[in-house]
Amino acid sequence: MLSLIVFLPLAAALALLALPRLGAAAARWTWVAVAAADLALVVAAWLRYETPTAGRLAFEEQAEWIPGVNSSYHLGVDGLSLPLIAMTAVIFLACAIFALRETDRPRLQAALFLFLQSVSMGLFVAADLILFFVFFDLSIVGMYFVIAGWGHGNAARSAMKFFLYTFLGSLALLVGFIGLYIAADPHTFDMVELAEQTPLAGSSLAGGLVLAAILIGLAVKTPTVPFHTWLPPAHTDAPAIGSAVLAGVLLKMGTYGFVRIAMPMLPEAWRDWAWVIIVVGIVSVVYGALVALAQTNFKRMVAYTSVNHMGYIVLAVGAAGLVADDTAQARSVAVTGAVTQMVSHGLITGALFLLAGVLQDRAATYDMDSYGGLAGPAPRLAAFFAVGAFASLGLPGLSGFIAEFQIFTGSIAAAPVTAIALVGILLTAALFLRALQRIFTGETRGRSVGFTDLRAAEVWSVGPLLVLSLLIGVFPRPLLAVIEPAAEVVVELVGR
Amino acid sequence: MSESALWLLVLLPAVVGGGLALSRLERAAAAVSLATAFTTAALSVVVALERPRVSVPFMAGSDLALGVDALSALVAPTVAVVTLLVLVFSAGEIRESQARFHGLMLLFASAALLTATAETLPALLFAWEVMGATSFALIGFWWRDDHRVSAGITAFVTTRTADVGLYVAAGAALAGGAGLALGDLPVSSEGWRHVVAAGVLVAALGKAAQLPFSFWLSRAMEGPSPVSALLHSAAMVAMGGYLLLRTEPLLASTGWAAPAAAWVGALTALLLGAVAVAQQDLKQLLAASTSAQLGFVVMGAGLASVSGGAAHLVAHASTKALLFLAAGAWLTALGTKQLSGLRGVARRWRLVGWAATAGALSLAGVAPLALWATKDAVLAAALAESPWLYAIGLAAAALSAAYAGKILVILWRQLPEREHAEVEAHLDKEEPGTRHVGMLEQAPLVALALGAVVLGVLALPPFGDTIARALGEEPLHPTPLEMAASVVIALGVLALVWWRPVPEPGWALSWLGLERATQALVVRPTLALAEALARFDDRVLDRGVAGSAAAALGLARRAATFDDRVLDGAVEATSRASLWAAAGAARNDDRWFDGAVEGLAAQLRRLGRLARRPQTGQLHHYYIQAVAVLAIGVLLLVTVR
Repeated sequence: MLSLIVFLPLAAALALLALPRLGAAAARWTWVAVAAADLALVVAAWLRYETPTAGRLAFEEQAEWIPGVNSSYHLGVDGLSLPLIAMTAVIFLACAIFALRETDRPRLQAALFLFLQSVSMGLFVAADLILFFVFFDLSIVGMYFVIAGWGHGNAARSAMKFFLYTFLGSLALLVGFIGLYIAADPHTFDMVELAEQTPLAGSSLAGGLVLAAILIGLAVKTPTVPFHTWLPPAHTDAPAIGSAVLAGVLLKMGTYGFVRIAMPMLPEAWRDWAWVIIVVGIVSVVYGALVALAQTNFKRMVAYTSVNHMGYIVLAVGAAGLVADDTAQARSVAVTGAVTQMVSHGLITGALFLLAGVLQDRAATYDMDSYGGLAGPAPRLAAFFAVGAFASLGLPGLSGFIAEFQIFTGSIAAAPVTAIALVGILLTAALFLRALQRIFTGETRGRSVGFTDLRAAEVWSVGPLLVLSLLIGVFPRPLLAVIEPAAEVVVELVGR
Repeated sequence: MSESALWLLVLLPAVVGGGLALSRLERAAAAVSLATAFTTAALSVVVALERPRVSVPFMAGSDLALGVDALSALVAPTVAVVTLLVLVFSAGEIRESQARFHGLMLLFASAALLTATAETLPALLFAWEVMGATSFALIGFWWRDDHRVSAGITAFVTTRTADVGLYVAAGAALAGGAGLALGDLPVSSEGWRHVVAAGVLVAALGKAAQLPFSFWLSRAMEGPSPVSALLHSAAMVAMGGYLLLRTEPLLASTGWAAPAAAWVGALTALLLGAVAVAQQDLKQLLAASTSAQLGFVVMGAGLASVSGGAAHLVAHASTKALLFLAAGAWLTALGTKQLSGLRGVARRWRLVGWAATAGALSLAGVAPLALWATKDAVLAAALAESPWLYAIGLAAAALSAAYAGKILVILWRQLPEREHAEVEAHLDKEEPGTRHVGMLEQAPLVALALGAVVLGVLALPPFGDTIARALGEEPLHPTPLEMAASVVIALGVLALVWWRPVPEPGWALSWLGLERATQALVVRPTLALAEALARFDDRVLDRGVAGSAAAALGLARRAATFDDRVLDGAVEATSRASLWAAAGAARNDDRWFDGAVEGLAAQLRRLGRLARRPQTGQLHHYYIQAVAVLAIGVLLLVTVR
């Protein structure tokens, strides 16, 4: 099941590459069909999903791969990864629909995104560190080509910066993985076994160093302050669907690593360094929001709000490391919120970046002051944008609130000082409303004149993302019922 | 049955409102909206009588729980009925984007009703912030005007700043171990309970436009008048007061939060009363008055007079909705809301004029109208607590009479012929007037005026006692002397205001300068910090990364140089040296080694020749040699031993 979910898009990508005479329209629709089929498979898996026993995975698949180092082709999902693969499938389908109007090498683009989809799916279901690492690095390679090949502005430079920065980060991650492998007895790269063994328990120096290597690798990818400076240029110069995937899916690889690898495998080091992680989280929240507030370029602004939103996640998982007997429930609420935030941020920021793509498509600029009164000629865009903005600032009724309420409630209960981060929701409220005002209200002026409202493909790609955010915001139970048991397991593992 | 009524009460306006807001049903919008509002009002009466409770699992181990008790049985119908009346008015008043307007109003009403019936913190916060967001959209309803949108942003961001209190309260409640149900908050563990109370208090004060948050309400007057009639009389602002009434046991349990609420309420009633007296714009006056009147509600919550506070909340809702609608009707008809442009207006539209008069008299605290009785109920509780609090309350009541009197003077005083031109100069200054007030606008005023007259029964025996007991309080009656005193004060001040113009000091006219202070102390420094950090991000952090990349390149270049010059040079030199050494070695080889070898060979040949000498082949030579060797061997053995 999982292998099919992971490799179906890759197979389609290879087929697209093998058929150079395929027409553009056929290529675009093939992409949509494959992405839809993959989503259908994920939905089927979700419907059949039953929470596995603690420490185990559902739909496990294992085959020999590199027996010499005890690394196997091992896949599986639990409450941490299932929501993420569902979100990934949704984002990629939205991108496929959005790209139905793409004219620039559509066959190659479809193949590249299908490849990226396989890689992303593979990362979230990987249960072996080497496998995880391979997908992690391939995602960087894929995104490099997306930005360099279909970007605008200073795309080549931004792509190179993105590649080098995140690739170096991944090397730190690899060092950490090797550290885990060496410390494990018997040596293994298997995630389930490593989580059971907690290899470096008892050696705080080695444990701390290995954790540091892994944290740096993940922090670059997430990104957290101060490793975030590759993000704004990468987003600004990436194509709309590239940004949607980068923010929606690729950033989650970093935060997912925290709950999947760092916390369960290095619980002792995690507890020792919890305060550092919390501080990085708080700084990312406040710093990201403040810098976003000062932006005049809409896409850069959303990019910085991603730093802010990822900061909430880091904050919550850090707070989960402050183990005390009477805060187990609070820490589990915080981790649930963190995972919810990964899904929510994917949907919302994906939608916002696609909408930014509409600005670029029509008027070739993201500069907010070039617009004004856009709600007049483009009421649908205005409505979608308003919903996305409110979702991103954490308005109840939309998914961001469900995530952030739990993050704050749980984190504040575990570590009251984290209440500082609440400044973040004020700043994001102010900056999104200011953006709304700058672009959409007032007299119609500048680039807004003659602006064409959302087209069908845009409505049908962005709309479902926002509807999903609304559904999660109003009926969070189906999602939380999957996440909560897994979050409890993580909290328990960190408490060992 | 009644459970589904409660769900419907919240969901019906939410779903219809959301649908309308996104639709383009301009023609049918008002009809759909009125039908929905009417059904909602009916549902609110049903749930007020049946008192159902419902819940579904939500998040953080807490339910989304709704329930109707004695308090919400008063407040929920108030919200629903005022919503209906305001929407009737809007059907006549709002001519453009009707679908969006009615949709947003219904969404707002749904959130307000959820706030009024919420029984857990997540449910409350959920509704609480949706109220804020819809208020942003409604205040900025005319989005072509930048200043109105800015006013909406101010309202939302300011109230959200206070809302942060509820997030903190939720975290503290979770840590406090008693769960997130509002009713359980007072039994949280000792330390956390104070944090919960502080958070709730701040959030409520922000929403209720109490000090120091009041300024957002002034800006909110940029929105359409029906918006103010609902949001800034019966719902959003009132919900701030309501939250404190709802959590009164929590406030009381801390020992400090209740007195703090009482004093903030009293000071707001006093200072914002003064602000209202100084205003020259009718809507600004009414807004300041709203803050001041909500001050009495907040006082009631702080003084454990939930019944008095609730009665005042309901009576004020009716009174103030009425006055805002009247102000809106005149604004539409005459194009101005400046008091000096509205002089004598009651004589022009009699029904509107009389309705507004009833409202103003109620606001002034004239017996037996609504706010007279309800305010006195709160003041009685204040006297029981502290004479100072009572004195401040009385002073605030006198100010209410002063600003209400200011309205009455404007409405009714005969205009001398020579000042007609002066008044007419104000007309159509703010928008083109229609010179017309339609039936749809007038009908709701009558109903609200009725409320402004009779709702005092909520605080008077016997009805008031029933309510107090239902809320678990002993009925507390002001003495006849206190009631008479308040009436005398009200009438005296009214007479004074009729006789002499009221002072309009600048500090009060500018709402105590609170907005300017916020701009100077919070907004501008934050923006400056944001700019500075953005520069830091670009110039230092990013350049740091670029710098390290450049440094890495430089290092690589130097390494390449090192590689060329030093390493490679060394290798070259080594090989040159080896060649040279080899040549030397070859020479040496020829000269020395080879010679040595040759020499050795020659010596060996000589030795060989020597060694051949003894081998003569003659036996006696061999014997002699053997004896000699033996003799040497024996000699060696002897000497070595």
